[in-house]
Amino acid sequence: MAAVPRDRGEMVESVRSWARRNVWTLGLLGLLVAFSAITRLLQPNYGPAAIQGLAIAILPIAFAAVAQAIVVISGGIDLSVGSMMALASVTSAVLMKGQGDLFGVFVVIGVLLLGLVVGAINGALVVVTKVPDIVVTLAMSFVWAGTALLILNTPGGGAAPWLMAIISGPLGSPWLPKAMVVLAVLVAVVWLPLRRSTLGLTLYALGSSPLAAFRSGVAVGPTKIIAYTLTGFFSALGGLALTATGGVGAPVPGSYTLQSVAAIVLGGVSLAGGRGGVLGPIIAVIVLALVRTDLFFAGVDPNWSTAIQGAILIGVVMFGSLVAMRKVRA
Amino acid sequence: MTDGASELLLNATDVAKHYGAVVALRSASLAVRPGEVHALMGANGAGKSTLVKILTGGVRPDHGTILVRDKPFAAHSPADARRGGIVSVYQEPALIPDLDVRSNLRLTQSPIEATRHWLAELGIPDLDLTDVVRDLPLASLRIIDLARALAIEPAVLMLDEMTAALPANLTERVLEVIGRQKGTDRSVIFISHRLIEIAAVCDRATVLREGVTVGVVDVTEGSDERIVGLMLGDIARTPPSSAATPGAARAARAADVTPRISARNLSHGTKLGDVSFELYPGEVLGVVALEGQGQDELFDILSGSERPDGGELLVDGAAASFRHPADAIRAGLVYVPADRAEALLMQRSVRENIALPFTTRFGAWGPIDVRGERRKVDKAIGTLQIDTRAASEVRRLSGGNQQKVTIARWVAGGVRTMLCFDPTRGIDIGTKQQIYQLLRDLAAEGAAVLLYTSELKEIQLACDRAIVIFGGRIVAEIAVADADEATLLRAAYDLRPEELMPEEVASAAVAVESAESAVGDPT
Repeated sequence: MAAVPRDRGEMVESVRSWARRNVWTLGLLGLLVAFSAITRLLQPNYGPAAIQGLAIAILPIAFAAVAQAIVVISGGIDLSVGSMMALASVTSAVLMKGQGDLFGVFVVIGVLLLGLVVGAINGALVVVTKVPDIVVTLAMSFVWAGTALLILNTPGGGAAPWLMAIISGPLGSPWLPKAMVVLAVLVAVVWLPLRRSTLGLTLYALGSSPLAAFRSGVAVGPTKIIAYTLTGFFSALGGLALTATGGVGAPVPGSYTLQSVAAIVLGGVSLAGGRGGVLGPIIAVIVLALVRTDLFFAGVDPNWSTAIQGAILIGVVMFGSLVAMRKVRA
Repeated sequence: MTDGASELLLNATDVAKHYGAVVALRSASLAVRPGEVHALMGANGAGKSTLVKILTGGVRPDHGTILVRDKPFAAHSPADARRGGIVSVYQEPALIPDLDVRSNLRLTQSPIEATRHWLAELGIPDLDLTDVVRDLPLASLRIIDLARALAIEPAVLMLDEMTAALPANLTERVLEVIGRQKGTDRSVIFISHRLIEIAAVCDRATVLREGVTVGVVDVTEGSDERIVGLMLGDIARTPPSSAATPGAARAARAADVTPRISARNLSHGTKLGDVSFELYPGEVLGVVALEGQGQDELFDILSGSERPDGGELLVDGAAASFRHPADAIRAGLVYVPADRAEALLMQRSVRENIALPFTTRFGAWGPIDVRGERRKVDKAIGTLQIDTRAASEVRRLSGGNQQKVTIARWVAGGVRTMLCFDPTRGIDIGTKQQIYQLLRDLAAEGAAVLLYTSELKEIQLACDRAIVIFGGRIVAEIAVADADEATLLRAAYDLRPEELMPEEVASAAVAVESAESAVGDPT
C-alpha cells in the first residue's frame, strides 16, 4: 500500500503500519494458534491426515465467507449465498456425471459464469428496485434454492475425478493440504489484483460512505452490481467445492449463508461496510471449525457445542469492539 | 448573450427548477469570466443551493442553458460535472472515512504530486498520505478536499461554504490560494456567508433573490451594502434602524426574576464558539443565524442530545447537565425540531403521538391511564385545532398538522420551556399564523420559548427580542421593535454600523477555540 520501502528503517515502519491496520487479523491468527495448541493437547495424534480432512471440510464455507465479505465490504449483504452454492453444486454435478475430464473443465467454467450471472441478477434487483438488499437477497435465496431442487431433488449426479483430485491429499509436505493451496491460489488470483485496482477502491468507498463515494465520482449503481456479481462468482466456487468434496451435487443449501455471516463478523469485516478484508474471514472459518473439533474431542454434547460456538462469536466480537473503543478514548 | 458569450468560462442563463408546486429557481443566470473569483450570494430560500446542486450534477434543471467553455453542460452526477469542467468542494468533506488519503486521491484520479503541492501551499505540508481519513481532524479534511480539487485544475472550481469550519490561520491560507487563481484561465465560484471574505477575495458577485438573479455587483469597497440591498429587495429601502443595544431588554426586566435558562459560554466542536444568553419565563426569544453558524449545536445541547465541550447551563438558577433528552425533558426543556420525522412516530395515531411523552414521563410501565390520557389529549387537540380526519396515521396528515402534533404532545403535559428549531419550515401560511399565536399564548401563560427561525419576518410576528449568532458567537441582541428584516439580515452577516477594522471582524468570525488549531498533527 505504502511506497516501496527504500531502507531498513522504512521497511520496519511499513511492516509496523501494516500490523497496525491489520490488528484484527493478527489477533485472529493468535486465536488460531491457541486453538491449534488446544487441539494437540486434547488429541496428541492430531496430524496431517486430520488437517487434510479439516481443509477439505472448510473449503465450501471458506468460499462462502469470501463471497459474503466482498458484498458486505461494499455496504450490502447477500442472504442467498447458500442457495447460490446449492445451485452451482447441482448444476455441476448433473452436467459432469459420466462425462470426461475435458467436458468437466467446460462445466466448471460454465458454472462460474452461471455464478456471475446469478450474482448480477441479485445486484441488479437491489439497484433497480431499491428494495432493501436484505429483502431482495432473502427472496432470491428461495428462488435459487427452488431452482436447485428443480435441477436435482436429491443428492446425486457426479464430479469429474480431476475435480475431486485437486483438493484431496497433500502437496509436497504432508502438512500442506491441497485444498488449502487451491483456496489460497484462487482467492489470491481474484482478490489481490481487485483490491489493488480502482474497482476495489470503489467497493470500499461505497461501503464506507455512499454519499462521499458519489461525490468522489463513484458510479454507485454499477459498482453495487459488480459487488453482487463477485459474490455470485465466489458462491459458485463454493458450490463447486461442495460437489468436489462430496462427489455429488448438494441441492439443499444447509446453513452456509448464516455461517458466512458469522465468519465475516468474526473475521473483522464491519457489517456497516467499508472495513475488513478476505483473509480475516478465512482464518475465522478455520477457527470456528477448530472450536467444533476441540469441543468434539473434549466430549461435549454436540448441542452444547453449537451454543458454545455462538457464545465464542459474541465474546470475541465484543472484546474486539471494547479494545477499539479504548483505543479511540486513549 | 450575443458575441460576448465566448468570453465567458461559465454561462448559465434562465435556469429554472420546480419541485412540485414549489418554485426553487424561477430564472437564474450566472456568468463567470475566466480568471475571476465570483461570489454567489442569496438569503435563505433564494435558490442558491438549488443552483449549486444543478451545477454539481445533483439535480437536473427544468429548463435553461448552461455552457462551460461554450460547450453545453448537463450533469447527472458529480462525476459528470467534473467531466464537464466543474469540480466542487462541499460543506462537508467528500472523503471516504475508511480509506487513507492516498486511496482517496486515487479514487478521484487526482494527481498525487500536484495535490501535495497544494497541501503545502494551504498550510499542511507534512500530511502523511497513508493516514486514514477517519483519524484526521475536520479542518484537515476540508484542506485535503480543496487541495485535490485544485490539483485536478478544473475550468470552474466551486467552493460551497468551504471556510465555515476552518480556524483563522487556515482560512487565511485558503483565501490567499484562491486569490492566486485570478488571472489564470480558470475561475472560482465562491459561496460564503462571510461578507468580509467576499470582499477579500472576489471580483464580482451574483445575487439571487426568490429564484431570480437580481444583480451582478463588482466587489469594491462599500459593495457590501449593495449586495445586502439586492438580497433584501424592496424592504431594504426602508432605512436601517439604529444600532442594536444589547442588554436593553434585560435591563427593563425586574431584577428578581430567575431566568428559565442561563447559558454561559457554551461551546461545542468547531461550530459553537462561546454563547451566553438568558431566557426568561413569559418571553419568546428569537434566534437569528445564517445556516451553520452553530445554532444546530446550541439546540442539540439545550435539548440534551449533545453535551457541551465548555461553558455551563443553568436551568431555573441551578446548574444542569443533560446526558440524554429525557434529562432535558425532566428539567422542563422540550424540543420541537424542524424535521417532523425526527419527532413523530409516523405510522402511529395522533393520539398515541401526543400521549407518548407524558406516558413515558410518569415512568409507569403498567397499564395506561386511558381516561386521564384522553382528557389531556383532547384538550391539546382542541388548543391546537388539529385536523383529526386522518388521525389514525400521522404520516397522512399535512406538514402543518404534523407540526401541530409535535407541539401538542408537549402542550398536553404543560410547557415550561419550549425549544423550537425552525418549526414553520415548509408549512402553509395559515398554520404558521396559528403556531405564532400558540407560542405567544404559551408565553402569556408563563412559559419560556426559544425560537430559531430561518424566516426573518417571523421574529417580529412572534418574538419579544432576538439574539443573532454568527460564527458560533452572539453578535447582537435586538429588541423586537427594531427587528425588521433588513436589520436582522445585516446583523446575521455581522455587518455593524460601528466602524470596525475588517481584520477584527474576520478574526472574531473565524476564531475557534478547540484543538483544531493543531491541524495536520495526526492524533
